[in-house]
Amino acid sequence: MVPMTSAAAIVRARRRATLTRFWHDYRGHKTGIAGLAILGFFVLVAIFAPLLADPTGLDITKATAPAHMAPSAGNPLGTDENGRSILTLLIHGTRMSLLVGLAATVIAMVIGTAIGVMAGFYSGRTRSILNAVSDWFLVIPFLPLAIVMATVLGPSLLNIIIVIGVTSWPGTARLVCAQTLSVRERPYMERAKALGASDWHQMTRHVLPNVMPLVMAHVVLTVSIAILSETTLSFLGLGDPTRPSWGYILDHAFSTGAMTNNEWWFVMPPGICVVLVVLAFTLIGRTLEAVLNPRLKETR
Amino acid sequence: MAVSTVPGTTTRARARFLTGTSGYVIRKLSWSLGTLFFVLVFNFFLFRMLPGDPVGLYNRGRNMPAGQMAKLRAQLDQPIGQQFLDYLANPFASTINSTRFNRPVWEIVGERVWPTVMLVGTAILIASVAGVWIGIRSAWRRGSGFDRGATSITLVLYAMPEFWLGMMFLIAFPFFPSGGITTPDDGSMVDVAWHMVLPVTSLALVYLAEYSTIMRASLLDELGQDYLQLARAKGLKDDLVRRRHAVPNALLPTMTLILMNLGFVIGGAITVETVFSWPGLGLLSYEALRGPDIPLLQAIFLLFSIGVVVFMLIADLLYAIIDPRVSSS
Repeated sequence: MVPMTSAAAIVRARRRATLTRFWHDYRGHKTGIAGLAILGFFVLVAIFAPLLADPTGLDITKATAPAHMAPSAGNPLGTDENGRSILTLLIHGTRMSLLVGLAATVIAMVIGTAIGVMAGFYSGRTRSILNAVSDWFLVIPFLPLAIVMATVLGPSLLNIIIVIGVTSWPGTARLVCAQTLSVRERPYMERAKALGASDWHQMTRHVLPNVMPLVMAHVVLTVSIAILSETTLSFLGLGDPTRPSWGYILDHAFSTGAMTNNEWWFVMPPGICVVLVVLAFTLIGRTLEAVLNPRLKETR
Repeated sequence: MAVSTVPGTTTRARARFLTGTSGYVIRKLSWSLGTLFFVLVFNFFLFRMLPGDPVGLYNRGRNMPAGQMAKLRAQLDQPIGQQFLDYLANPFASTINSTRFNRPVWEIVGERVWPTVMLVGTAILIASVAGVWIGIRSAWRRGSGFDRGATSITLVLYAMPEFWLGMMFLIAFPFFPSGGITTPDDGSMVDVAWHMVLPVTSLALVYLAEYSTIMRASLLDELGQDYLQLARAKGLKDDLVRRRHAVPNALLPTMTLILMNLGFVIGGAITVETVFSWPGLGLLSYEALRGPDIPLLQAIFLLFSIGVVVFMLIADLLYAIIDPRVSSS
């Protein structure tokens, strides 16, 4: 060990130690590992989608197979109403569903954290107003609100991400606000203030790092809800009509009578994918919560 | 979607001025009215926010009866403040008819309320009874085989889009009616009940997952309390401790959360009614958004919001009656 270790090196070593401890705790939860495995599989499918299934198979004009075909060697999951292979749609749908879920969560996390930290940090009128805004979004029924917004904005990939992101942040804001309130009372905050730290410095350097770990667990749970929301909105026809997602496949199955024709291969696979991915995110989120929040270890 | 708000924490800032039970009621009432006012503001401005001619948003390139068009033009040509005041005066009486049905919006919405109340009410009733029972059993024997099994099934059900469950039921049970509320030449109660089986089951299973999770968590919270220790120390049997002491206290937050989670319930109703062509507000939302039929969509959104806010208020007030600590603090 060199005696003149720089501050940055100490910080790095500490971070590495924390990560190692975290991974050690995480590994103890079998369900968390199962969640990671399922998610890993779908992430790989999403990344290598163009290799697994030729993207030209998504083009309606280039589909050669007959419509509504039962599973066969060429099309293991049959074909849709345009003669496209459902397996191809499913593989490329993985990309869309994960992308929308993650992107919407990023938006929700940014808005939720910003509003939550401010609501917790400032008191008086600012907090009342910010809390009133998040309460309003919590109370208003999610799906009708999302439907109204998506209808006005029009169906496109960016719009569905915005709609889900803008409607799912209040839970994060509430959690962050509660955490900030407890951090605010700690002695080092007083010290920082006495040394002349600005509000911005206090919020970003002292409050955020203490709040982030719990937010991470919550964020993972938010992704699962965002993916469910994407499926629901796409099923209702509010998703991007040019980019198939799992909800899009279900929408097409529903509107072309797959249920009356008994085409289980059209309906079942996208739903199973949704269940598996949502379940994976839920399991990971719960494990993170258990690892990061020791208080929960005893009660739940 | 799983919203778990603790009642009574919403307007802490004003609590200093309004204390006691009457203060609590006034605070809750004014909060509800404020929320509804913002729904109105949102509903009005959202559809006028976009650049370009707003008429285009209403008719989306389709033909509209000339009289309707003239009315819409006349309305939109007024100053925005005047339009807003007119809207506030009677938010459900849109100047123009529903663009899809060409009838006054209020009439159409009114017809559709009852089927939704019937469908969703039945599903909530079944789901809350079963969910509470499962939640109690899981929490009381935490870590048992029953608890582990129930928790895994709950997690899977929770991850399931309820409309997909409905679609799978339709394929799996083709002998049940595929949709609607009655068979054309039959309108008996038995026939309606027969049509309700699949949609109610799909909704109830997903709600059940939510309710049993809430009940389990809230009973687990109670299990650590000192008064249970005391009840046991008095020599009460385990079963009595649970039935007389733990469960009633755990039921309080569960019941309020069930009332408060109406937003979650509405989301399920929209998609499941669509799958089963159940002629309620959910299917109407689908029909309105597929158009899109903007006047109708605005009215449905307003109605759903009013429903949620009213139930929230009922939950808050009930909670204060059952648990006086809430309003006196």
